Amino acid sequence: MNKTTSWFNVTSLVVGFAFLYVPILILVVYSFNASKLVTIWGGFSTRWYVELVHDQAIMDAAWVTMRVGILSASFATVLGTMAALVLDRYRKFHGRALFSGMVYAPLVMPEVITGLSLLLLFVAIGFDRGFWAVVIAHTTLTMCFVAVVVQSRLVTLDRSLEEAALDLGCPPVKTFFLITLPLILPGVVAGWMLAFTLSLDDLVIASFSTGPGATTLPIKIYSMVRLGVTPEINAISTILISVIAVGVIVASVLSHRSQVEKEKAERAVFLGG
Amino acid sequence: MIEAVGPIKRKFAPWNDPTLKPFIRFENVTKRFGDFTAVDNLTLDIYEREFFALLGPSGCGKTTLMRMLAGFEQPTEGRILLDGKDLSGIPPYKRPANMMFQSYALFPHMTVEGNIAFGLKQEGMDTADINTRVAEMLELVKLEKFAKRRPHQLSGGQRQRVALARSLAKRPKVLLLDEPLGALDKKLREETQFELMDIQVELGMTFLIVTHDQEEAMTVSDRIAVMNHGVIAQIGTASEIYEQPASRYVADFVGDINLIDGTVSAVENGVATLRCAGVDATIQAETGKGEVAVGAEAGFAIRPEKVHISLEAPPAGAPNVLAGEVWDIGYLGDISVYRVRLAGGSIVKATVANLTRMVERPITWEDKVFLTWPADAGVLLLK
Repeated sequence: MNKTTSWFNVTSLVVGFAFLYVPILILVVYSFNASKLVTIWGGFSTRWYVELVHDQAIMDAAWVTMRVGILSASFATVLGTMAALVLDRYRKFHGRALFSGMVYAPLVMPEVITGLSLLLLFVAIGFDRGFWAVVIAHTTLTMCFVAVVVQSRLVTLDRSLEEAALDLGCPPVKTFFLITLPLILPGVVAGWMLAFTLSLDDLVIASFSTGPGATTLPIKIYSMVRLGVTPEINAISTILISVIAVGVIVASVLSHRSQVEKEKAERAVFLGG
Repeated sequence: MIEAVGPIKRKFAPWNDPTLKPFIRFENVTKRFGDFTAVDNLTLDIYEREFFALLGPSGCGKTTLMRMLAGFEQPTEGRILLDGKDLSGIPPYKRPANMMFQSYALFPHMTVEGNIAFGLKQEGMDTADINTRVAEMLELVKLEKFAKRRPHQLSGGQRQRVALARSLAKRPKVLLLDEPLGALDKKLREETQFELMDIQVELGMTFLIVTHDQEEAMTVSDRIAVMNHGVIAQIGTASEIYEQPASRYVADFVGDINLIDGTVSAVENGVATLRCAGVDATIQAETGKGEVAVGAEAGFAIRPEKVHISLEAPPAGAPNVLAGEVWDIGYLGDISVYRVRLAGGSIVKATVANLTRMVERPITWEDKVFLTWPADAGVLLLK
């Protein structure tokens, strides 16, 4: 590494991070504004956070968002893990490339398209739009992310571990729960956290599939903003950002730590061998 | 001094007893992966309490054969019998064979104890019995102090022992060993080979080992099957395979060999005379069991340690003499390897045991030497 920092690098860093974080920073700072006027600083205060707690509509929306997030992340984790297992285990089946492409396609699919097609589906089968429709829609959105995270973990798993368990008399399903699942658990948990945060901040797909009584927080915020930005919105957004940041950090720490552990184990083999 | 422990090994040859039934029987087994034939119409009998080795280069089908016995692969054709019972359709978790994996495959999220107890728990054994058996196994592989450790806290040799203990814990009828000592260094490997033999005799189990290391196969096993391209090239004891190789492939794969090509010029009283134009020599060799026709192309195979190297010329006209000059000498301490260049340019190796303490050996580079051997020292191999 070059010790003398070049002006070009410093400028790039500052400009880049400014683009990314200045808007968020302003939002966070103004959420602690004592003034009712959004653009005028009136001193530090947490009054908007207190008011938030007493705003029943926002609390309802937050509760809906939490439930949708937990349920859809759980469904997506089960489905995504199953997809990852199939893609990892059956390397040579007809249409594998097509299948894996189809699992990953929603990663880059425009959300508007996903939302619209889900809406059409719900209408076609006569499924009422509302809470469960949002849960299903978010499961669809997030399961491919889980599949990607879990599969990257499965690739590093020694297949002979499962064979050893089978060989010692453990039936396949039990082997999955005793051997495979504990070993890929960091990946599964990271996948769940990712799915949860994705569900938490989704506006587009939720607004296509939502119905009466199933207003999520992003939908609520969006509709409030249309009547004008209030410091209360800044406060709720700040909380949302914190929750998502924690989720993403936990997810990446989990997948990073498993990587570090693996490297450490390999080093130990090398030195001890 | 190293003390001798374990039971005395006696002569053991159940394969010569026609009244005995084989314990494991591969019957016309073929395994194909797409277009590739890994095992080709192979029939093989293994007897109870035998230590049997499958030896061959990578890709010869030896591991596939073992995996079929463990149940991880199904034969495309043919069947496998264990103790008279057809194994087809029986999943790996219901077979009375346990395997020690090349990578050891220790469960990283369990302790040493947990690993060894895993198979016993699946059997539904009592906790008290499991504890007794685990303690027994730890004692057997001398790892009592490491019971609570995790696999990543162990050295390579210790892991190998845990893997062995785990695969032995259920007292399987057959233990399958897939390149069990490949990851160990030479000294440890040799020690472990003898320990494996002791354990096998002590527990009275049938062991099947897959290896590409001929020394390992020869040390541990009662019989060896040398494999090549999915078929068995030869089955026999270590000395049978070494002293009477059935083909050029076996002669070349197992041990060091000199191969000299020629044409059979006469056959008399079971002795063939080989005219070797390339090296300008006449070689006589026993024909063995097979018919040898005059005019046939054949090769003469002789191990380097059976070639005698001398500075003095033998009587003129004597057979089994090759003249050449010393091209290279390899001093290995216990033996010296002489690479002798013959008239035609080909190289013949001769090894000499260094029985006396000398810094300068009498035969040195560029000396004119004569290579001789007794009439029964080599083998005639037809093309």
